[in-house]
Amino acid sequence: MNNIITLPILIPLLTGIFLIFFRSIPLQKWISAIALIVTTGVSAYIIHLISTHGILTLQLGGWEAPYGITLVADMFAALLVLTTAMVSLCCLYYAFGTVGKNRERFYFFSFFLFLVAGVNGSFFTGDIFNLFVCFELMLISSYVLLSLGGERIQLRETIKYLLINIISSMIFVLAIAYLYGITGTLNMADLSVKVAEIGQDGLLTTVSLLFLVVFGLKAALFLYFWLPGSYSAPPPAVAALFGALLTKVGIYAIFRTFTLIFYHQPEVTHTLMMWMAALTMILGTIGAVAHWDVKKIIVYNVIVAVGLIIFGLSVFSSVSLIGSLYYFVHDMIIKALLFLLAGAVIIIARTHKLHEISGLIRHHPYLGWLFFIAALSLAGIPPFGGFIGKVFITQGGLENGDYIVAGIGLFTSLLVLYSVMKIFLNGFWGETILSKKEEGKVKNVLLPCSILAALTILLGLGAEWTYVYFEQAVEGLMNPNFYIQAVLHD
Amino acid sequence: MEILMSVIAGILFMVGTYLILSKNMIRIVLGTNFISHGAHILILTMAGLKTGAPPLLGLEATNYTDPLPQALILTAIVISFGVTAFFLVLGYRTYKVTGTDNTDGLRGPDSYD
Repeated sequence: MNNIITLPILIPLLTGIFLIFFRSIPLQKWISAIALIVTTGVSAYIIHLISTHGILTLQLGGWEAPYGITLVADMFAALLVLTTAMVSLCCLYYAFGTVGKNRERFYFFSFFLFLVAGVNGSFFTGDIFNLFVCFELMLISSYVLLSLGGERIQLRETIKYLLINIISSMIFVLAIAYLYGITGTLNMADLSVKVAEIGQDGLLTTVSLLFLVVFGLKAALFLYFWLPGSYSAPPPAVAALFGALLTKVGIYAIFRTFTLIFYHQPEVTHTLMMWMAALTMILGTIGAVAHWDVKKIIVYNVIVAVGLIIFGLSVFSSVSLIGSLYYFVHDMIIKALLFLLAGAVIIIARTHKLHEISGLIRHHPYLGWLFFIAALSLAGIPPFGGFIGKVFITQGGLENGDYIVAGIGLFTSLLVLYSVMKIFLNGFWGETILSKKEEGKVKNVLLPCSILAALTILLGLGAEWTYVYFEQAVEGLMNPNFYIQAVLHD
Repeated sequence: MEILMSVIAGILFMVGTYLILSKNMIRIVLGTNFISHGAHILILTMAGLKTGAPPLLGLEATNYTDPLPQALILTAIVISFGVTAFFLVLGYRTYKVTGTDNTDGLRGPDSYD
C-alpha cells in the first residue's frame, strides 16, 4: 500500500490539532519537534521507495483517478518534501529560543505545523483544485504566523499580504474554472492527457498564462512587489520559514503545471517566463545591492533566486532542469540559513541597520564563519551547494542559445555575493563597538545553523551521490507520460 | 442564461475591485467578498448551468447536472469564509493598535520596533 505518502501531510496536521489541547509550552515544543523528526524520517523513506519502485500514487477514499483526489509522490515532490521537513525542523529549533513567550502561548507551534502540512500537501497533491486547498491551508497559517505578536508593522504588512493573496487565490479559482470548463477534469494527469488531445490552442495558452500570473504572484516571479515588506516583518524563525518554503511552493506549482500540462507552446509560455525570470533577477539584485538593512538584503536575495530557478525551467532541457532542481533544493536550505543568521545578527546587535553593526566576529567567531560559508554558497562558489545548480543552469542556457539571460544570471550572482559580503564585511569585521554585556542574548542559534550549513556543503560535495535522485526527478519532469501512467493506469 | 451569469460575475468583480481600491478597511474586506462571490458564480457558469436534471447519474438517467462545480464552490466558500473572518479580526486589531481604519493612516517609516 502507498498509504505512507499521506504521512508527511497527516503527521504535522494532526499534531498541530493535537497541540491546541495542550497549554504546556515545553510539552508543545517536544511534541512538535518529534513530529517534524518523524516527518523527516518518513520523507527520506519515501524517497528510497520512489527510487526503487517508481512514482507512488494513492487514490484517496478508493475513488479511482480521474474522479477522486489523487496523491502523487514523484521524485521531484519527494525531494522537496524531505528538504521542507529538514528546513522546518531547523527553523522550529531556532524558534524555541527566539520567538518569545507571547507567541508561544498563542499556538505558534500549531500554526507552524499547519504551514508545514500545507506545504507538503501542495507538493504531493495530484489534483489542481486540491492544490488550491493546500495553498490556502499554507496561506492561512502564514497569515497567522505573520501577524502573531501584533506589532504595528506586522499588522500593516499582514493586511497587504492578505489582500494580495486573497486576490491571487481568486484568480487561481478563476483559472481552475476556465480549465474545468474547457477540459472537464481537474486531475493533473488527466488534464495533461486532455490538453494533449485537444491541442493547446490560444484559449488554453491564455488560461496557462493566468496560472503563470497566479503562481508568479505566490512565487514572487516578477510580481514580487509585496514580498520585501511582508518578509521583513515577522521574527527571524518565521521569516526563514517563509523565505525557504512559501515562495518555493509557488515555484513548484509553476514547474508542475508547465512541465506536465501546458508544455505544448513553449515559444509563448516559456519565453515569457524566461523574460520574467531575467527581470526578476535584475530587479531583485538592484534591491539587494541598494539596501543597507540586514533584513532587506536577505529578502531581496529570495527574489533573485526565484528568477534563477525559473530561468532553468524556461530553458526546458534536461541539463537546465537538473540545475534548477539542485538550485531549488539548495535555495530552500540556504535561504533558511541566511534568514536565521541575519536574525541572530539583528538580535545580537539590537539593530537591523548595517551601518550601526560592526565587529561581531570578536565575540561570535563561529557565527561569523557560518555566515561566510552561507554567503559563498549563496553565490555559488564551489564546493558548496549553489555551485552545481548554477553550473547546470548556465550550461543549459548556453546550449540553448540564451546567452543574454544566462549572462544576466552569472552577473547577478556576482552582485549577490557582493550584497551578502557587505553584511559580512560591515557587520562582522571592523571595530567591535559592543561589549559582551550590551549585546542581545541569542539561544538555540548555532545548532540549527550548523546543520543547515552542513546540508549545503553536503549537497555540494555529495553531488555525485545525490545526482541519481535528481536525475530521476528530471526524467519525470521531461516525460509527463511517467506521471500519467502512474496515476491513470495503476 | 450563461451570458447573463457571466455579466453578473463581471459586475461582481467590478464592484469588488472598486471597493478594494478604496481606503476604508471594511470596504476592502467587503470588496474581497464580492470578488470571491464573482469567482464562485463563474465556476458554476463555466461548468454549464442547469440541464433540467438532478446531479445523479443512475441507470435510467438520460441527463444529469454536473455536481463537481458545486462541491468546488462549497470548498471555496468555506475557505473564503475563514479568510474573511480572519481579515475582519485583523482589521479590528489594526484599528485598536493604530487607531485608524484608513489605509493612509497605516503609512509611516519602516520601524521594526
